[in-house]
Amino acid sequence: MIARAQADYARCIDDDRLEQWPDFFVEDCLYKITTADSQRDGLEAGIVFANTRAMLRDRISALREANIYEKQAYRHVLGMPCVLDENAGGVRSETAFFVVRIMRDGTSDLFATGRYLDHYEIQNETALLKERIVVCDSSRIDTLLAIPL
Amino acid sequence: MTDVANRSAAASTPGPWPDTLTRVPFWAFQRDDVYAAEQSCVFRGAAWHYLCLEGDIPEPGDYRTTFVGDAPVIVARDSDGSVNAFENRCAHRGALICLDDKGKGKKDFACVYHAWTYNLKGDLTGVAFQKGMKGKGGMAPDFKLSDHGPRKLRVGRLHGLVFGTFSDETPELETYLGEEITSRIARVLKDRKPVVIGRYTQGLPNNWKLYVENVKDSYHASILHLFFTTFELNRLSQKGAIIVDESGGHHVSYSAIDRKAQTTNADYAQQKIRSDSQYKLADPTMLQGFDEFGDDVTLQILTVFPTFVLQQIQNAIAIRQVIPRSPTQTDLNWIILGYEDDTPDQRLVRLKQANLVGPAGFISMEDGCVGGFVQRGIAGAPDEQSVVQMGGDNAQSSESRVTEASIRGFWKAWRGLMGYRS
Repeated sequence: MIARAQADYARCIDDDRLEQWPDFFVEDCLYKITTADSQRDGLEAGIVFANTRAMLRDRISALREANIYEKQAYRHVLGMPCVLDENAGGVRSETAFFVVRIMRDGTSDLFATGRYLDHYEIQNETALLKERIVVCDSSRIDTLLAIPL
Repeated sequence: MTDVANRSAAASTPGPWPDTLTRVPFWAFQRDDVYAAEQSCVFRGAAWHYLCLEGDIPEPGDYRTTFVGDAPVIVARDSDGSVNAFENRCAHRGALICLDDKGKGKKDFACVYHAWTYNLKGDLTGVAFQKGMKGKGGMAPDFKLSDHGPRKLRVGRLHGLVFGTFSDETPELETYLGEEITSRIARVLKDRKPVVIGRYTQGLPNNWKLYVENVKDSYHASILHLFFTTFELNRLSQKGAIIVDESGGHHVSYSAIDRKAQTTNADYAQQKIRSDSQYKLADPTMLQGFDEFGDDVTLQILTVFPTFVLQQIQNAIAIRQVIPRSPTQTDLNWIILGYEDDTPDQRLVRLKQANLVGPAGFISMEDGCVGGFVQRGIAGAPDEQSVVQMGGDNAQSSESRVTEASIRGFWKAWRGLMGYRS
């Protein structure tokens, strides 16, 4: 179930169906992109921080309507989810990822590697994200981070 | 792409600098020899460079490593409480002395290569096998530890910020900044304890000066950054100004709520003259901040020549440190700040408003790519020039933000240090 949710999530972003991306989360959620250094040092502020699904929607409408950036796409490759804890409250898991960014001139770079620290809630046989902390291995982001990880 | 830019630039000879502040030859963003000259004239020249926060190294034995231009630097607090900065370069064969970003409880630094050892002031205190072994080898008898060491930086401290300079010529920090800039740093940091709540680096595909120009450029803000406009978040009328210091090199751009005009806006709303935007934030709490300065200033962007930025955008406070990596590569270190006495609610506001800035920032992600657009755009045009003429030809303060005065000021200060004459 977790593996399916992960695969659907990655396809959604890579297929540029970003409007559907917030639907992977519950309304009262936490989504944060941070770095391994910040995570280790306990620094709270992320590169992206959202504590409601509405903030995730705002991120997508800003990308579509307001922000300016060169055309680009991601290809997510995910490792097997490692289930850390499973109980009535949901499932905690950690999943390694890497993301290749493809620019309009064909340049394909390894844009980010890291791990998803997830807390899934199971609703009607579907796993929804209550929390996803995206911990990037590197503290350096090249140029800009527009599309979510 | 940028390699092409460099090759074509290197093929031509730089002409004389234009006899005006309103033109900037593009080779200044491309040439390896300009970059090398900047390292000695600007980064190791008579200018102050941000090193770290006092709060990064609160206790004796605490240290951080950073860069001043290309030069790696160690900043350390000694047992007497003093803050010292010196090159992260062993006096022996030049290896890095310290390989960590930060640390605590340090008594001394020992180079891993041959264990030459330095105290927290950067003085050479020991050389392994200085006397040789069994009476053989070792340093010459006239070798004196005190004759050797990494170069030290002068250190200037202001409201919790630590700056360093390699040059004896640099005026004292507060003189260098002048009263107007100093007072606006004080506005954000004086008598407050900033705490770092976030840290990351944005790699910029452009010359460092293109980023500095961008920060000083108030003309582009409402044109390139459409987040506020699209979501109609600038409902309150704003007033503001640009302050350029006498040297030209430092600036402050600010905007504040205009209480007089606000009434008029309310009138407009009542008359339903102003149409509602098609786009609304689904969660507007991101911008529901608090008034922490009591002066209605919603935005203050401050630069210290050449590469320090202090930002206040509502309650998003940050330091940006610009580190050149090559003629066409720059690292932008973001240091997101809160204050020690933030309430949990205030801290949450800062976490939300941090979304405005950084590589994924609603109002700053474009700044990450626009420098690259210029770098690529000018690839075949080293001898062409940019036009920096908005608001006249001087480098003075202005009540209008539709001006490029602070960019002209930057070039005035840069030319001064680089020795370029028209």
